[in-house]
Amino acid sequence: MSVKTLEIDGKMVTGMAGETIFSVAWEHGIHIPRLCHIGGISDVGACRLCMVEVEGQRKLQAACLTQIEEGMVVRTDTPRLKAHRKLIVELLMAERNHICAVCVANGACELQELARSMGIDHVRLRYRFPVFPVDTSNERFGMDHNRCVLCTRCVRVCDEVEGAHTWDVFGRGAGSRIISDLGEPWGASESCTGCGKCVQVCPTGALFDKGKTVAEMRKDRGFLKYIVTAREKKQWIG
Amino acid sequence: MPPNAPAAAPKDNREKLLERAMSRHQYSGDALIEVLHTAQELYGFLSPHLLTAIAHKLRLPPSRVLGVASFYHFFSLKPKGEHTFTVCLGTACYVAGALGLVERLEKRCCKAGTTTPDGKVSVETARCIGSCGLAPAVIYDGAVLARVTPEGLDRELERIGAK
Ligand code: SF4
Ligand code: SF4
Ligand code: FES
Ligand code: FES
Repeated sequence: MSVKTLEIDGKMVTGMAGETIFSVAWEHGIHIPRLCHIGGISDVGACRLCMVEVEGQRKLQAACLTQIEEGMVVRTDTPRLKAHRKLIVELLMAERNHICAVCVANGACELQELARSMGIDHVRLRYRFPVFPVDTSNERFGMDHNRCVLCTRCVRVCDEVEGAHTWDVFGRGAGSRIISDLGEPWGASESCTGCGKCVQVCPTGALFDKGKTVAEMRKDRGFLKYIVTAREKKQWIG
Repeated sequence: MPPNAPAAAPKDNREKLLERAMSRHQYSGDALIEVLHTAQELYGFLSPHLLTAIAHKLRLPPSRVLGVASFYHFFSLKPKGEHTFTVCLGTACYVAGALGLVERLEKRCCKAGTTTPDGKVSVETARCIGSCGLAPAVIYDGAVLARVTPEGLDRELERIGAK
């Protein structure tokens, strides 16, 4: 495999052919914001938070989906990108009902952390306050659609790692929502094995352990790397 | 065949026709959209029972089958009425007063996206149906009506004897 050299935010970095801008940047301590990407499962480019500027290209590129090339010049943190990202986070906040103060994941939510790191203390858009259900039919877990950002991490981890493919996306546009099987309550799902992987990768408080109250839900996202490495390389690295 | 015929009509060969469509595609998961098309045309709508059967035959997870079926406007998950009005809410039609058409249908029949309790009329909306020159356009049972007015809708409803 060939090594490629490129420039990210003025820093010369190297990566393997086939690697994405996102992962090479992270390996070199440049932390591009993201929501739908999580190491260990495929990328879909759903959230657009990882958009970067690539010299010579007019359009912004999703770093999680763009492979590195020799001599590339990438910028990850320009004023234009910052403005776009801020708007994306505000749109996500306004789209559903993100009331952090009463959320199980308060303090451990990736959306909240993004907003905090961008200095978002209010949302310039009108909140939509949609009415979405909370599914507590599963014995051990809950699903609050009001906090879902439709990143589809749960869909992909359940399909690619657990192999159950319990979740998918129903509908389109603002009315889309995550469904289990044929839209029945999660607790009635025949395909779900109850492994809890989806709960751990969910970036917000949408999927949560039952019995946790406000700000008690803490997620373990390291497990994914562990089992994916074990499966692919037969190495169990703790 | 009326689109709202009960799913288990006597002497029903629809099951066989659907089976044939799937076998023509070697029961491949990639043929999901084609198979859903056939099912929709045969039955008029995609019931949970039908979606489950298709998922099993094509060896696909049920959630993906429902996900795909719910994504495309062409598929409907509920039985449609005898007659369907689809009001275009694309930009050209919107500017030309499509909202007034939706209002009139909702007042006289039922909310957009639903069917009247007597099963007579379904009201739907769509985004730009590609007939902007005819704005505001309404698709009535598959045919495009041009430059529709609320009064024009009244006349259509009168004609089909809707209450
Ligand atoms: S608990 Fe496991 S099997 Fe069930 S939906 Fe979540 S990831 Fe899929
Ligand atoms: S439930 Fe969580 S992981 Fe699944 S799409 Fe919503 S926010 Fe993402
Ligand atoms: S992380 Fe790249 S699009 Fe979401
Ligand atoms: S906007 Fe109605 S047909 Fe294009």
